Amino acid sequence: MLSIKNLHASIEGTPILRGINLEINAGEVHAIMGPNGSGKSTLASVLAGREEYEVTDGEVTFKGKDLLDLSPEDRAREGVFLAFQYPVEIPGVSSTNFLRTAVNQVREYRGEDPLDAVKFLTLMKEKMKLVEMDQKLLSRALNEGFSGGEKKRNEIFQMAMLAPTLSILDETDSGLDIDALRIVSNGVNQLKSKDNATIVVTHYQRLLDYIIPDFVHVLYKGQIVKSGTKELALELEEKGYDWIKDEVDSKATV
Amino acid sequence: MSTLIKQDILVELSANAGTGFEQVREAGKTAFQAQGFPTNKSEEYKFTAITKKIEQNIQNLAPAGAFDVTAEQVKANVFEGYAGDVLVFANGHFLPSLSSTIEGVEVAALSDKADTALGSIAKPEKDPFCALNQSSFEGGIFISVPKKAQVQKPILLLNFFKADTGQVIQPRVWIEAGDFAEVTFINHSVNLSDASYFVNKVVEVKGGVNTQIRYYKLQNDGKNAIEVSNLETDILKDGRFSSVTISLSGEMVRNNLSLNILGSNSEGNMYGLYLLNGKTHVDNHTNVDHTVAHAESNELYKGILADSSRGVFNGKIFVRQDAQKTNAFQQNNNILLSEDAVVNTKPQLEIWADDVKCSHGCTTGQLDEEALFYLQARGIAKDQAKGLLLYAFAGEVLDHITDESFREYCTELVQTRLGSKF
Repeated sequence: MLSIKNLHASIEGTPILRGINLEINAGEVHAIMGPNGSGKSTLASVLAGREEYEVTDGEVTFKGKDLLDLSPEDRAREGVFLAFQYPVEIPGVSSTNFLRTAVNQVREYRGEDPLDAVKFLTLMKEKMKLVEMDQKLLSRALNEGFSGGEKKRNEIFQMAMLAPTLSILDETDSGLDIDALRIVSNGVNQLKSKDNATIVVTHYQRLLDYIIPDFVHVLYKGQIVKSGTKELALELEEKGYDWIKDEVDSKATV
Repeated sequence: MSTLIKQDILVELSANAGTGFEQVREAGKTAFQAQGFPTNKSEEYKFTAITKKIEQNIQNLAPAGAFDVTAEQVKANVFEGYAGDVLVFANGHFLPSLSSTIEGVEVAALSDKADTALGSIAKPEKDPFCALNQSSFEGGIFISVPKKAQVQKPILLLNFFKADTGQVIQPRVWIEAGDFAEVTFINHSVNLSDASYFVNKVVEVKGGVNTQIRYYKLQNDGKNAIEVSNLETDILKDGRFSSVTISLSGEMVRNNLSLNILGSNSEGNMYGLYLLNGKTHVDNHTNVDHTVAHAESNELYKGILADSSRGVFNGKIFVRQDAQKTNAFQQNNNILLSEDAVVNTKPQLEIWADDVKCSHGCTTGQLDEEALFYLQARGIAKDQAKGLLLYAFAGEVLDHITDESFREYCTELVQTRLGSKF
């Protein structure tokens, strides 16, 4: 589904990603872990099409298409979803209007008829249950005055509404208490199917107790330096990142 | 000295003035001669070189005069779903045959109301254009809402402008409301020519005790029109006055809005939105004068500027020594969409009382890129996402319009201008 080959990206001339290779197939959950500043969020941002990052080398194909060639909105319409680390508060834009515009633009791109008000509301009510979302939140402006947990839940709710094929969760667990974490993970797990895939970007192993990954990759200095199964995450939890850093850095100096 | 002042323009402009108001006109003339057109050294017109603009575009100031308007034109320019009354004007001349008869409200051409105290609220000494209008306004309207009258439906003042390049239109409006009266006005101008003419308008609103007056204004001037507008009101005890000014086009527009708070427990609200493109220049000068204790004023002006347009906001809040317990709030926010667009914003607070709450703030920035990316990342096209964000910014001002059909009309205009509808 997603194939990343030798991906290099920089921001304002500073290289952050230095040759990422990753293959993701339908039905899989990949966790990307790593110490702070290793490039985890950059990878998520580059995949979603954030403009500040310049791709200097490599290629990314998504369902056979050159992903890097698409605008952020077309990536979303093709089925890429980024759950933001810091969801943006947008005063004056009602959550409902925003979502309806988004859902219908995505449907239009996919050649489907737009949802009328009734069908949209029905869908919304159904998906709200997934993340135990309070209807009151949706009558407010988008993310405005939401708590940290409410914002993250809203991300997963939007994900449910847009039904993506590739979901990228960027530090969705950070700042969540255990209840919120359980709710968010539960939502993600229910949305999982054999046809879609998930990339979980996280610093901590805790989230992976709830969203069980098929593969765990460790990102360090802009490269995937180690890959394994969920046991790798536990090992990282126990031993921290230093042993990996040492391993990589000693290789570099030899 | 400006070449305009060398001409005997006052004689010229008075050609269509008719009889009546001789003393008023004379006072206007004296006040204008004392001030002259503002020069580039004039503090109040520092960022708006209106005199130069008039000189460049208008060689010979001549009055435009009245013309015929058809019932079809009126019908075509009343917004869909509007259920209120309509008063129609051609270059400032009242057209009673095309206007509604408004139950319980006295409406007359100013020429039939020669004892109206014109200039008693918008004093000619305060502004040269106000003085110029007073010396040589044409036509004009007198509207009186009697005591306790609750005018349920809004009154649309539908102004048709048609003039050749170089001509001058000087409308004059007098509104008075008796104690406890309640009324809403919508001022809408329709331009029937694209010529470079000059509109110099004065509106005086005399409130009573406990009156509630709303005054909405939509400026959608011809792209070459130059306009100066003075609106001034006296707010008495327990009274409330709210204005919403929406400016969408024109060559150069200057709005002077002055609220005189003369009674306690009263409230003055000023809201404004300017969406500018091309080379349009819009200058909003507001002035609220708190003369007594226990009154409140609120002000919010927002601007979105594209291309090489220019916006000016100058908000003066004057709190006199006796005006203790005043609450005065002012806010001006701008979004610049191009590197060539410019905003000059200047809050001016002059506070002589020591127990007051006053605040002001202004921001000028670009569209929030992070918010834009967030919307795009959910599948919304960039242009539409921009429109959604800009409309969200502008909508806060439109929310202050209480008449639904007018609000919807403005919303539609604004959304179309911002390039997307939702």
